[in-house]
Formats: sequence, structure tokens, C-alpha cells
Amino acid sequence: MNAALRVLRKPYGTLARSLALVVLAAVILFLVSEALGAYDDLQLANGAYYFVVLAGLTVLTGLSGQISLGHGALMAVGAYTVALLIGNEHWPLVPALLAATGIAALVGTAVGAAATRLRGPYLAGATLAFAIGLPALADKYTGTFGGENGLSINPPTPPSALGASFPLERWEAWIACVGALFVLFAMNNLKSSGTGRAFRAVRDDEIAASLCGLRVGRVQTLAFVLSAACAGLGGGLLAVVLQLAAPGAFQLGLSLSLLTAIVLGGLGSLTGAIWGAAVLVLLPSWTNDLAHSFSLPGNVTANLPLAIYGLVLIGAMIAWPSGIQGAVRAVALRLPARRASGGS
Amino acid sequence: MTRFIDLTLNGISTGAVYAAVALALVLIWRATRIVNFAQGGMLMITTFIASSVINTSGSYWLGFVVALASGLVLGAIVERLLIRKVEGGPPLNAVIVALGLLVLLQASAGMIWGNTPRSFPPAFSIRGYDVGGTRVLFSPNDTFIVLVVIGVAVGLAALFRGTAIGLKLRAAAFQPEVARLLGVRVGRMFTLGWALAALVGSLAGLLVAPAVFVGPNQFDPILIFGFTAAVLGGLDSPVGAVVGGIALGLVLSYVSGYEGASLVTLAALVVLLAVLMIRPGGLFSSTRERRV
Repeated sequence: MNAALRVLRKPYGTLARSLALVVLAAVILFLVSEALGAYDDLQLANGAYYFVVLAGLTVLTGLSGQISLGHGALMAVGAYTVALLIGNEHWPLVPALLAATGIAALVGTAVGAAATRLRGPYLAGATLAFAIGLPALADKYTGTFGGENGLSINPPTPPSALGASFPLERWEAWIACVGALFVLFAMNNLKSSGTGRAFRAVRDDEIAASLCGLRVGRVQTLAFVLSAACAGLGGGLLAVVLQLAAPGAFQLGLSLSLLTAIVLGGLGSLTGAIWGAAVLVLLPSWTNDLAHSFSLPGNVTANLPLAIYGLVLIGAMIAWPSGIQGAVRAVALRLPARRASGGS
Repeated sequence: MTRFIDLTLNGISTGAVYAAVALALVLIWRATRIVNFAQGGMLMITTFIASSVINTSGSYWLGFVVALASGLVLGAIVERLLIRKVEGGPPLNAVIVALGLLVLLQASAGMIWGNTPRSFPPAFSIRGYDVGGTRVLFSPNDTFIVLVVIGVAVGLAALFRGTAIGLKLRAAAFQPEVARLLGVRVGRMFTLGWALAALVGSLAGLLVAPAVFVGPNQFDPILIFGFTAAVLGGLDSPVGAVVGGIALGLVLSYVSGYEGASLVTLAALVVLLAVLMIRPGGLFSSTRERRV
């Protein structure tokens, strides 16, 4: 454990650090998934595919400075790709997920190329129209996409080597976590690579960046394509975990809650994306349990979780302007200072 | 041909409502550089208040006035208590606060009035006019909607261009530091801007409520299309908001009439992208896009 932490801290190069990080995360996730019951394993799987999407979105918004209200629709692209390939064409899991990533990246290329000319609220407006416009296709081509009911697929089967009684939920959690670890590795490398620096340069000052020889439009499109690929993979994993791709799951609310999750977690940081995914998964179930633990009138019980969500968003943004990760970092910075002053 | 005329008239009256919401968003964008996603929730609350007042007192116009007044107050409270704390911070934080407020308002309305949408009376008859023996899809109430929105747009233009308070509002919005040096109470102007915007928003809610009913989530599409209209016209331009609203209303009415209602959102996307590809700052953007 200590050796692993030392590797994380010392300048062994980004690649080695990312690998060590992923191995550490893999061990933790493995132990956690073994300890959890079926319901919590499913929650873990949900958190893992949310993380995949949020990691891409936080790179787009936090690193390259572009806003997107349309990532829910990109998730839908990935989910429907997986559902069509596995359900109709009987593709194996991994190629189907790769195809979902690729097709979402293609769609993201088109959106991203259009997006490079747009700034701030205009980009928000265009991506918002994308988020509400794309699901209409599922209604228009009911034969292919199954209309309101969507497409359902068979659950993935755990390999027989794991034993006959291996729970399906744990297998789904493993699949989603492998996807999450892959994205964690890729994005952690990207952040400290030349590409990541180019993203930050474009975010901070477009004119200075273009004077340095960066092609601003291309850099922004690349950021959009990468985050779209993540959204596609996340959507594909969602379809595998829920065994369903239906328009109801990809309403505008999903896109908005993805954006709130990365800002709430801490913009631009992968740890923030983990916080965001945890909030997306845990807050609804906690508030639901809380609402049902009191005997309140039906209207109040039904709406209390939403009200708490709204209050959390407002309160967190006012109390922690740089998100949960920002607050954690501030506390961590204060701790050693207090210890030092106590010792002297 | 009658169908085309019907769809055109229908597009103008729905477009007028989008224009009103777009105006509310443009007012706030100009004042504080924030896209107010809570607008849909704020106008939902004021319309619920109107509905309650109308049900208990029996007078439509009393409910109308109370809704406008509560919109004014709600806008001022929201700016003073919530938005003031995130103004000048990272722009996304204000967006998240607005989204949080939207969720909170919708949940509160659900707690107080229930989640089942209820009907809302129109100001005037919704029976279409008889023109040469055929009934057209345009009623006295539609006339009222269009006239009110035109009146609001003209009134706002007069306020901003012709009065001292309008000059202060513009100064506070465009050069807050300089305006403060010249003695303008910038904070008060922001509050006033939000209050005015919420007033216009609550008006939009009253106008559209008979068509969409009153419920916690009934006004979501109005907010989305109002925002689309504002982006279409250019967020800095009240004229753009009105033109964008009417244009969007017309296009969506034709698409829904000729191609089916399921394609409406897709059509909004196509129109918005087509316009933004040519003019990235909306139809009526006056400033150059590149910042230096």
C-alpha cells in the first residue's frame, strides 16, 4: 500500500503513475464488490457507468472550457448501439461496447465541429436542442428503436469459471468497473499529456493558444470527441447493466444532472467525477429512504427527494464554489498547517 | 390553404408566448450574464398562485394581477437571496444554482398543489373567429396573447431607451464598475432587472396556462423553447427575443401540422443549428464574436 502511494507521488512518469492508480483502484473495487450485496453491487455498477460519462464531461467542461447540455443524448447513442448490436446482431459484449464508443465519437465529431463556433450560452442552447431533439428519432423510427418501450437485451452471463452461484449483479458491477478503470487510466494520462495542456491553453486564452500554434477549433473538437466517446461507452454500459435502452432514460433531466454532477463534484478533476457519480447514485436512494421514513402526506413524500436535491445543489454551490473536491482539498491543506502550528 | 393560414395563426400565438419567455431570459442575461433556468419554475409558481386566487375569489383579473405582483416579488427575492451569492463567480455555478432552484420550486409546487395538472381559465373566449363561414384557429384569447406580448416588448423598449431608470439598468449591466463610480446603485439595478424579468415570465405563464394546464412540470417545454428562441435571436437583444420567438413558433407549428408532433424537437434543433452556423451569436448579435 505504502509502496503504491510512493509511486503515485514520485515523478515516475505519467504512465506509471496512471497504471499504479488503476491497479490500486481495481483492488479496492474488487474488495468492495465482494463485500457488497446484490442491490449495492448494482449501485456500484450504476456509479461506474456514471463515472465513465462524468470523466469525459469533466475533461470537456473543466479542461477545455466547453459546456454541454447534450451528453445524455450521446449516452443514448451508445446505449442504442449496444442494444441493437447485442440484441439483433448477437455481437459479443466487448466489440459492442467498442462500437458504442466509436459511434458516439462519430456523432460527437459532428456536434463538436459545429460547437467550435459557439460560446457559452449559445453552445448550451445548441447542445440542449440536441439533447431534446435526438430522442425524437426513437419515436420516428419505431420499427428500429422500439419507440417508447425501447430495446431490451438479455443479461450478460458470468463465465462458468466463477461458479454457478456467482451473482449477476456482481458480474455487471465488474463489467462497468473495468470500463471505469479504462477511462480513469486514459483520462488521467490525457490530463498531463500535451493534449491536456492544449485543452487548458485553449480554455484559458484562445488567442494566446492560437498564437502558440494550436489550432483552436481542432483542439476543441478533439475534446468534444473524447468526451462523446466516454458518453457512448457509459451509455453502452448503462444498457448492459439495465438490460434496456429506452427513451425515458435519456430525457433532458439526465443531461442536466450530468452537468450538475461534475460541477458539484469539482470541475476538471477526476476525483470530482467520482464524487459526482457517487452523488448521482446515492443521493436519490438516500433521500427516498429518508422521505419514506416519516409518515408524511403523499404529495410531500413524493416530492421530498426532489426538494432535497434542489436544496443540496443550491447549498453546495454557495458553500463550496469549487465543488466537493475543492472543499476536500481545502480541508486537506489546512490539516498539516494546524499540526505544524500545534507542534511548535 | 386554410390549413396553412390556421398553422400560421397558431404559430404566431404560441410563438408570442415563447417570445415572452425569451424576453424574460434576455432581461436577466443582459443584467447579470446568467441564463436563468429557474424561470420555468418561477412562472409555474406564480401561475399556481393565480390559479388558487381565481378558484377562491372567482375573479380572473384578480388572479392575473396577484400573479404579476408575486412574480415581481419572487424575482427580487431570488436575486437578493441566491443569485447575489454566486454573481461574479464561475458562470457554471450560477447555472447550477438556477437548476437547483428549478428543482426546488417544482418539488415545492408538487407538495403544495399536487402533481396532477389542473385546468386554467383563459382571459377571453378560445372559440376561433368566424371568417366567411369558416372558423379559423385564432380566437379572441390569441389576439389578447399577441397584443400583450407586443405591448410588453414595446414597454420594455421604452423603459430601457427612454427613462432614467432604463439608462441606469443598461449602465449597470454593461459597465458595472463605471456605473458604480457614477453613483448608480448597481446591486439594486440587478434586483430590479430580475424582478422585471420574473414579471414578464409570470405573464408568459398566465398566457400559456390555458393551453398546457398548470402542473409542476407543465411549463418545461415552454422554458426550453423560450431559451431556444432567445439563443436564436441573440441573448443580448430584446428585439431578437421577439423575432426568435415568433419565428420558432411558426416553424414548430408548420412541422407539427404537416409532419407530426414527434418531430417538433428535432425541428427546433435543425433551425437552431442552421442559424447558429451562420450567426454564432444569434440573429441579432451586435457585438463581434471574438473577444480580445
